Amino acid sequence: MSATAAVRTRAVAGAPTRRRIWSYWRFYLALSPFYVLFAVFGLYPMLSTIVLAFQRWDGLSARKFTGLDNFAFLVRDPTFWQALENTVVLFLMSTVPTLVIALLLAVMLQSAVRFTSVYRIAYFIPNVTSLVAMAIFFSSIFSTNFGLVNAALRSLGIPQQDWLGQPWGIKIAISTMIVWQWVGYNTLIYLAGLQAIPKEQYEAAKVDGAGPVRTLFSITLPQLRPVVLFTVIMSTIGGLQTFTEPQVMVGNSGGTGQSGMTVVLFFYRAAFLDNDYGYAAAIALSIFLLVLLFTAINWRVFRGRGEDR
Amino acid sequence: MTRIRWRGLALHAVLVLALLVFLFPFVWTIIMATNTTADIYRFPPKFSFGGHFFDNVRHVLDNVAFFQSMANTAVVAISTTLLVLFFDSLAAFTFAKFRFPGRNALFVILLATMLLPAQLAAVPQFQTMALLGWVGSLKALIIPGAANAFGIFWMRQYFRSSIHDELVEAATLDGCGFFGTYWHVALPSARPALAFLGIFTFVGSWNDYMWPLIVLTNPDHVTLQVALSTLNRAHGVDYSMVMTGALLAMIPLVIVFALFARQFIKGATEGAVRG
Repeated sequence: MSATAAVRTRAVAGAPTRRRIWSYWRFYLALSPFYVLFAVFGLYPMLSTIVLAFQRWDGLSARKFTGLDNFAFLVRDPTFWQALENTVVLFLMSTVPTLVIALLLAVMLQSAVRFTSVYRIAYFIPNVTSLVAMAIFFSSIFSTNFGLVNAALRSLGIPQQDWLGQPWGIKIAISTMIVWQWVGYNTLIYLAGLQAIPKEQYEAAKVDGAGPVRTLFSITLPQLRPVVLFTVIMSTIGGLQTFTEPQVMVGNSGGTGQSGMTVVLFFYRAAFLDNDYGYAAAIALSIFLLVLLFTAINWRVFRGRGEDR
Repeated sequence: MTRIRWRGLALHAVLVLALLVFLFPFVWTIIMATNTTADIYRFPPKFSFGGHFFDNVRHVLDNVAFFQSMANTAVVAISTTLLVLFFDSLAAFTFAKFRFPGRNALFVILLATMLLPAQLAAVPQFQTMALLGWVGSLKALIIPGAANAFGIFWMRQYFRSSIHDELVEAATLDGCGFFGTYWHVALPSARPALAFLGIFTFVGSWNDYMWPLIVLTNPDHVTLQVALSTLNRAHGVDYSMVMTGALLAMIPLVIVFALFARQFIKGATEGAVRG
């Protein structure tokens, strides 16, 4: 591009002619990798997923159009409802403790003066380790005969539990791992949010005679709302797609009573173990709708009404 | 004075307790990896490091193609990271500093793609890979992830606030072309942002599990995560060996994280507070 062209293109206003559009080719070229990859590996497959959801196909024989059959079967499939319930229960069992603990730790970390960067780095480490390795670790400590959790219980005189053989035990094991992995990440996000709150507001509250509890509810939490919204949305999107933890800890079956069966594990089984591609496509669409629904709910609850930012 | 001191001590006691909880799984993994399974199975369990680490490593190597899968994972993670850094920062710079027809529409499309769950594309994507002949090949892991919306969005935020328009104009007047300006002005100024995006991408790629499980059909040609899950499924009773594999699989991540931890944490939190 010539020396003045880039400057000139910035000044061009109004409807561009064909020749002018051509003069922007460098910009379009710079953007093209993402859009080309998205078209080939994102948009096209997603559109074919929509078509596939109305078909019956095992990957080998010809595709057969079956209308809404897949969806009709889906809403009557008890495993689907079980998977949906498990996913939501696991999401609540892991997200609520994660965010509450993270908020408490962040408040404490903010008032700590020394070693804060040591804490930050150590707290973040669980988030950057191998998911599969840690899922194996957690299934080992929850193991019935030789697990550390039962060893601890026995030394306290409490009878051992069959953690990974019981529906509730499976859920506890999975959510424990998720909490361990995400508390530190969310703590750092909250800490950054806390540090962005202007100090004057706290001083003003002190002058007005507000105690620590009052300050927490009238200043800290309202100011932190956008950051909380961010963490809730991230946890929702992640939580609704839980796959590795249950798959490694209890296997493709979802474990006893299928209580570790999440919607994504259900999808994985339908598609890549049962080769029931049309049905899997219908499940994938339901996951997408679920993500949209939960994001919308979060948005409403945490943004509140009358705010448009 | 003393009251404040006690409060400070109590505060640090809680923070240190949390730190121990967060780090405990790594310590226990090392303990398991250096002992025999029989030691681990004892009651009460052995809480000290043992001398069996190299035996355990040998067992891992006997049971899975560990180095092969680690090499596969490294190839995938490194090439994905380099491609993402290049393509995302180039696109982000274009979005942040230039005007051209369709810019806003393209950007809205970019944002919308972030809401789409990966499962929505997985089945046809597998068919596409079969059509291209990429099933079983590392290309199937590298190419689809070579550019992503999150990275472009994130880098754009950075470029918008860190590079002045005048700097871009001055570079252009000095005879730098569009690409030259990107290379000589934008990239050097974006080092912290690139460091964060690079580690984020590397870790994500290193840990990716479901898609490699689906698309790498040859058991001898898998990534580390898949090899590890295979090891666990086949030899789950031999904890020491499996945990040794787990430990080895984490070491590269820990090294990468240790090298860039400060920058990474700064970046990770900045995005959330700004966005």
